[in-house]
Amino acid sequence: MSETYPGPVPKPTPETQPFWDAAKRHVLLIQHCSDCGQHYFYPRPLCPRCLSRRVTWIEASGRGRLHTFTVNYRPPRKFPVQTPIVIGLVELAEGPRLLTNIVDVDPDPARLRCDLEVEVVFEDITDEITLPKFRPRAGA
Amino acid sequence: MSQSYESLRGRAAIVGVGESDELGRLPHKSALQLHMEATANALADAGLAKGDVDAVFTSGRNTANDLPEYLGIRPRFIGGTQVGGCSFILHVEHALAAINAGLCEVALITHGESGYSRISMPAPRWGDDSTNNQFELPYGISGPASGYALAATRHMHEYGTSSFQLAEVAVATRKWAAMNPKALMREPITIDDVLSSRLIAWPFHLLDCCLVTDAGGAAIVTSAERARDLPKKPVYVLGTGECATHQMVSQMPAFNRWDAATVSGERAFRMAGLRHSDIDVAQFYDAFTIVPIMALEALGFCAPGEGGPFVSGQRTAPNGDFPMNTNGGGLSYTHTGMYGIFTIIEAVRQLRGECGPRQVRGAQVAICHGTGGTWSAAATLIVSTAV
Repeated sequence: MSETYPGPVPKPTPETQPFWDAAKRHVLLIQHCSDCGQHYFYPRPLCPRCLSRRVTWIEASGRGRLHTFTVNYRPPRKFPVQTPIVIGLVELAEGPRLLTNIVDVDPDPARLRCDLEVEVVFEDITDEITLPKFRPRAGA
Repeated sequence: MSQSYESLRGRAAIVGVGESDELGRLPHKSALQLHMEATANALADAGLAKGDVDAVFTSGRNTANDLPEYLGIRPRFIGGTQVGGCSFILHVEHALAAINAGLCEVALITHGESGYSRISMPAPRWGDDSTNNQFELPYGISGPASGYALAATRHMHEYGTSSFQLAEVAVATRKWAAMNPKALMREPITIDDVLSSRLIAWPFHLLDCCLVTDAGGAAIVTSAERARDLPKKPVYVLGTGECATHQMVSQMPAFNRWDAATVSGERAFRMAGLRHSDIDVAQFYDAFTIVPIMALEALGFCAPGEGGPFVSGQRTAPNGDFPMNTNGGGLSYTHTGMYGIFTIIEAVRQLRGECGPRQVRGAQVAICHGTGGTWSAAATLIVSTAV
């Protein structure tokens, strides 16, 4: 963990604070609507499908598939690394999709593929903020 | 009393278009000046005076709050819908509705952006507590390339779309640019040049990506009746459509297809009452080479997954059977950051027969289509010199 993390660093809002608090404990939370049954991400207090307020937080399995990806050869200036990074869109086993980095891989498009099985890992970037990232599952 | 959506067909016309006096890299001009030059040029093209304008539509860093003062116009109808680069295309729909409702008569749609030189560009972007800064930016998305690339990768995975096919679009578009003296990049390029240019965000090479320039563009829209009294041939608004689905690209409903464009295209064709075979020339926002390919599919010019084969063999180039982006597009002519207005300007010029060596012979119906944000919004416009 570094106090000089160059950013960007998320600043939680009231409706996202529980997600970030959980991430700090290395737990990946998503939301579930008790009325329409939808799992969703990112956090919103009313279900984006049916606008129900009967929404609960649940712990995601942390497993999913790499739905699509890019390798960004020009990371932003204020970013921890200036080497190519793998930006992945992961579809969680529960259904929701989230943007993330794929770690523990070569940033080589030829060695990545859509639908690769992945699992969550956590990276503490400041004392308060931990980012969920994903790596290929063993044997994937 | 309400009327059907389709009844708006042909009720308004585009009567004037213009760019800023210069386009390209202009460190000596502010974004506001680019707006003003384009406005003056579009009004002159229309044969109208500034005092005739009673509605102002704009979008971008300089907003509808800024323009009336700088331009010295007191609009009684103000349109500031901001959904990214296609905003100016959907402003035509909004102008059509407002004119038809009697709320205004002469609408100015204006764009000015110092995209390259960044002169008089209010800095905004997302705050630390925005959803973007919480859920996307920490992962190194930088600029639109990495976001647009996510759909390209999935499209390639599902349909076998190839880097070669993406490059076909860049090469064909450059051939058109070679015939447009206002285009920034006019030297011919080959497929190999595209594929050997440096990687920006997989699968995009540098030459798969649009330019970043300074320019302005404007269009004047008025009622069909008033249009007939003006000097140039009116270009009637036959069909319009718009849709928005997401802001953050991670929330795009599907990555192998462009849902917002499907909706905007269906609505535009329905209002126009035309078939795809009626379209003579296409102006499709080409922020990246994949964008017109997925637009062709979403708008129904080809089946899902067939956009790559559709553009193969230089089909969209001069002398191909699907003339597309005849000004040289965002890839080679100009791309300030919000390209939408330039699709309208070129469509109007093609339909009036003003395009010189790049003129598509006998063009009577044109389609404009744009993207906003990161595949977030879409707007479609079908125009013709015949009602």
